[in-house]
Amino acid sequence: MNKEVIVIGAGAAGMESAGQLANEGFSVKIFEKDESPGGHLKGWYHLFPNRRDSVEVMDYLLDVIDRKEIELLTNTTVTKVSKKDGKFVVTTTQNKEYNADAIIVTTGFDLFRSERKEEYGYGIYDNVITSAELEKMFRNGNLRCTDGRIPQKVGFIHCVGSRDEKVGNFYCSKLCCVSAVKQAIEIREHVPESNVFCFYMDIRMGGSGYEELYRESQQKYGVNYIRGKVSEVAENYEGKLVLKVEDTLVGKPLKMEFDMLVLMVGMEMSESGKELAVNSGLLTGENRFFAPADHHFGSNKGNVDGIFYAGACTATMNLTETLAHARSAVDDVVDYFRRKK
Amino acid sequence: MSDFGYVLLKNRHIDYEANDKRIAEYIYAREPSFGYCMECGCCAGTCTSGNFTHLSLREINILIKRGETSTIKEQIDKCMLCGKCTLVCPRGVNTRNIIILAGEAIQKLEANEL
Repeated sequence: MNKEVIVIGAGAAGMESAGQLANEGFSVKIFEKDESPGGHLKGWYHLFPNRRDSVEVMDYLLDVIDRKEIELLTNTTVTKVSKKDGKFVVTTTQNKEYNADAIIVTTGFDLFRSERKEEYGYGIYDNVITSAELEKMFRNGNLRCTDGRIPQKVGFIHCVGSRDEKVGNFYCSKLCCVSAVKQAIEIREHVPESNVFCFYMDIRMGGSGYEELYRESQQKYGVNYIRGKVSEVAENYEGKLVLKVEDTLVGKPLKMEFDMLVLMVGMEMSESGKELAVNSGLLTGENRFFAPADHHFGSNKGNVDGIFYAGACTATMNLTETLAHARSAVDDVVDYFRRKK
Repeated sequence: MSDFGYVLLKNRHIDYEANDKRIAEYIYAREPSFGYCMECGCCAGTCTSGNFTHLSLREINILIKRGETSTIKEQIDKCMLCGKCTLVCPRGVNTRNIIILAGEAIQKLEANEL
């Protein structure tokens, strides 16, 4: 089969699907807007639920695409895909055009920009950081407040940018809960004398091994959980962060001081994905992610036959689901060429 | 029921069927967002009155829905109608209007108009 398939985005979904496409005998081009492949995985330290070092997965994925059938083009953003006579033309920001017989879109997600949730003080107060920034601190082995102190009391605010009409996101980002549990454990490991509190609306532990990690965080690491959506954060004269929330299970408002607050940022359709959707006539859903053709039977398909989707460009998805989704997209590509014969 | 050596105490239960839900019905009919609450407590956490007195909009909401309305009038009277709760609600509940409607419904109940 001498077919050429273009994969748009070299994150986990793009790399895994490229590898599977090569296994099927296709020649593959992957376009990546950044200077290197890996997507969000590059910024992560340990993965939930088994705390595997993300480098292991990164090495696996780099190995997957390291073959002669796959060409990786970095620093290349795809702005448009058009279909002509059953073939596809892909246009990049450099105004170059590439031809392909089928496309897999793997443009992934962007993290919610926390400045939009102004009441949490991100970008205003020192020591209000995002979950992604905390991962970098873990990776660098440098968990510190801006003044160099080691944080003794750390709070995690769940659902920042998710399940919140005020920022236009109705959906649950679904992996922030378990990320918070994992990061809370890691704070306790890095600073054994620290106190850690998670502020949640619901603890959603839907994945395999998640509930067990939640239980472990309480039993082994003494992580505390308080039910209530944080309403606001301020800084006091000592530079401590003062958090306000209703402890909904007690039924009283609660104030608590912290050295550091971590915002569990949700996932949104990526900006590059949005641009691609608009320019190429690809339908998106109410959640702004690419709209799958069918919730059960067509999660890798969209509104253009021959353009497939994989990973978090269609819905919030964890890494396990993303890799599986990438492989099933390749199944659909194989089926597409079989039907066209 | 088998005799397990204990009895069910009436005052330990929310007797949903027996409870008077006219206030809830009054609000539901005029402010459908009353039903959108997910009990996050953002309204109560940000409430200025609630920081000084016993006033939790989240609690008022759920008590009205269950028909447990004996204590809500006292709470509602503490609301200053500033609307901060409406600003922070992630579900778009018109909390301020619910307080106003609850007050109305209580007045009507007292005047035998409901």
